[in-house]
Amino acid sequence: MSGIWAGMVEAFLLVWSLDADLIDITLRSLKVSLSALVIACAVALPLGTWLAIRRFRHRRFVIATLNALMGLPPVVVGLIVYLLLSRAGPFGVLDLLFTPTAMIIAQVIIITPLIASITHQAMRELWSEYHDLLISLNTTHGQRITTLIWDGRRTLMTAALAGFGRAIGEVGAIMIVGGNIDHVTRVLTTAIALETGKGDFALALGLGVVLIALSLCVNLTIHSLSRTEREGRW
Amino acid sequence: MRRDPFVQLQDVVVKRRAKAVLGPMNLELSGGGFTIVLGPNGAGKTTLLKVLHGVERVTSGSVTWSVSDKTAQQGQAYVFQSPVMLRRSVRANLAYPLQLLGVSKAEIAERVAHWGARIGLSAVLDFPAPHLSGGEQQKLALARALIRRPDTLFLDEPCANLDGRSTREIEDILCEATQAGARIIMTTHDLGQARRLADRVLFLNKGQVEEQAHADTFFIAPKSSGATAFLNGDIIE
Amino acid sequence: MIRAILFALICAGTAIQAETLRLAATTSFNNSGLSDALLPVIAQDIGLDVQLLVVGTGQALRLGQSGDVDAILVHSKEAELAFVEAGYASHRREIMYNDFVVIGPSDDPAQVMAATSAIEALLRIAAAQSTFVSRGDDSGTHRKELSLWAAAGSDRVEFTSWYREVGAGMGASLNSASAMKAYILADRASWLNFGNKGDLALLFSGDPVLFNQYAYLPVSAERHAHVKAQAAWNLEKWLVSPRAESIINGYEIGGEALFVFNARP
Ligand SMILES: Nc1ncnc2c1ncn2[C@@H]1O[C@H](COP(=O)(O)OP(=O)(O)OP(=O)(O)O)[C@@H](O)[C@H]1O
Ligand SMILES: [Mg+2]
Repeated sequence: MSGIWAGMVEAFLLVWSLDADLIDITLRSLKVSLSALVIACAVALPLGTWLAIRRFRHRRFVIATLNALMGLPPVVVGLIVYLLLSRAGPFGVLDLLFTPTAMIIAQVIIITPLIASITHQAMRELWSEYHDLLISLNTTHGQRITTLIWDGRRTLMTAALAGFGRAIGEVGAIMIVGGNIDHVTRVLTTAIALETGKGDFALALGLGVVLIALSLCVNLTIHSLSRTEREGRW
Repeated sequence: MRRDPFVQLQDVVVKRRAKAVLGPMNLELSGGGFTIVLGPNGAGKTTLLKVLHGVERVTSGSVTWSVSDKTAQQGQAYVFQSPVMLRRSVRANLAYPLQLLGVSKAEIAERVAHWGARIGLSAVLDFPAPHLSGGEQQKLALARALIRRPDTLFLDEPCANLDGRSTREIEDILCEATQAGARIIMTTHDLGQARRLADRVLFLNKGQVEEQAHADTFFIAPKSSGATAFLNGDIIE
Repeated sequence: MIRAILFALICAGTAIQAETLRLAATTSFNNSGLSDALLPVIAQDIGLDVQLLVVGTGQALRLGQSGDVDAILVHSKEAELAFVEAGYASHRREIMYNDFVVIGPSDDPAQVMAATSAIEALLRIAAAQSTFVSRGDDSGTHRKELSLWAAAGSDRVEFTSWYREVGAGMGASLNSASAMKAYILADRASWLNFGNKGDLALLFSGDPVLFNQYAYLPVSAERHAHVKAQAAWNLEKWLVSPRAESIINGYEIGGEALFVFNARP
């Protein structure tokens, strides 16, 4: 219990002193995870929606694959991305290993199946509601997808936030592909792992508190930006 | 320019779970104004309308419109038995079909304002459509269908659950549309309404057309026993 | 769209473009805090931004092999020689050493404190079957521990549950040892900088077999044309300079010197 208390105190001191390193690390965490989120959403939202409205031969198989990918351990993703981006790997010439970009790639791979899967679930429901009308109005597939995404944006935001939560709290993959290099690829989670390794539990926990607070801020910001809590006027 | 019959059904069968819910039937529809489809629950009225509109696949047989399929589709609108509301404002619901057609913003605003007023929902244009009352939703669905100025309008019990006044309002709107040249194919369980509006009647029972006639003859002297019983208010098996 | 994403990715990747060098170094180099003392001075002196990848010796060698880093700083002589032999590095340059220490519960149930050599210390632990935490991660420290057991003539296969391989870095292993009140072999620097000592204490040190030689190996530009050979050479020159000597020898934690500079210019 005293350990947790010490962590709280440490977190408070960290934030209070506006430690330059802390700000640097926090901003990088945000940058990496938000970039990953945007890219993942650009792929996963249309994909999940498309899977909900299209019937094709291997649809079940694709959905099963998606759900299976959702359970992929981040470390494995990290390892695969590492092997791909390594100088010895096929994309070595891009020189992306141990850069924030590599971390973004890993996170995109981790959260895309998650977002796509939740999107698919939510969109199936909405599609069964809209099906008759959209067919009747002779809409194209593109129009159907955009309509569903727009009208389902509340649920989709939950999907996106779930993805963001997973991305910002992830450590296994980004540790491997980012390398936890100070001022380059060190983010909150890898810093926490590092401090834990040094036995500095208070600082580690302090960073953890900052991480939670950050996650909370992002959630609240997105919620209020999209005015989900406001009913009445649409 | 009207070509009659405007649609032909040949040997149409619709099966659901190995059971024929419609047909086999051969049918030709012609003439403007109101074609009212009557029949007991489960007769296949909704199925027939959807087959005509092309949103329900036939198991076998063919549906042929007198114009190309594309033209036919573009000129049609459908109001479903239970209205589908987009999770948007009333305004956005009305605007949606026009946006799909690429109508200009100014024109959309004008038509939306017109139809909003026409169905008495001007005051709640920015209100979420799914929160409207059932009757209001039905009116909105109708306005959303008419806002495209369709030449063929399918209505599946548009006045179910509406009070007398609203029914009257809707009938006025529909008559106005037919006068402007639209043809309406509509189901109803309200025999009074059928009598008021019908130009032609199609009587369906157990997935079969039992009688197709002009309204005058149908209501005065139905030929089939099923229709006679139906008009008498008997429960037909 | 895919193109746009790729483009954005590559832009983001190449955004940082000062003269940088990737150095894979062992955990102890970083955990001791020595890297924090050296890197800013290096940046100042030769304008080189050293990006430090803190990994185990095994992984550091792998990174060098595949050309993902420009140089490595590790402590496992045999592996280093094999690395040079295989042509992954042109040479190996000894820089400094620190030493390993035996850590254990302060009540010392295996009487390690009374040992006269490192080997005897380990044998006492084995005889008492006191809990012992092994890194088990193919790091330099782990390799050192294995070589000591081998020198003691003990066969690890016969060890029972008192011998616990945790497969983790130095800090995490120390955390485990602290929680289990176990013995563990650690490098002095990591131990001194470790914040969660709990009931653990330094019980044995000073045997020359415990000396831990750090060497610098620039990755061969012949193997990997893209490595920054010039920058790696600049760093090497700096690391063996008198300036490096004074910082390394002068680095202390709690009044104790940790590293001994022994590079030949
Ligand atoms: N997808 C389906 N699966 C199985 N049966 C179906 C399906 N769709 C329709 N049916 C059946 O087909 C028959 C005709 O249905 P339809 O909806 O056309 O009737 P209806 O004449 O419109 O009835 P109501 O007056 O109640 O609206 C019903 O018995 C219905 O149960
Ligand atoms: Mg029906």
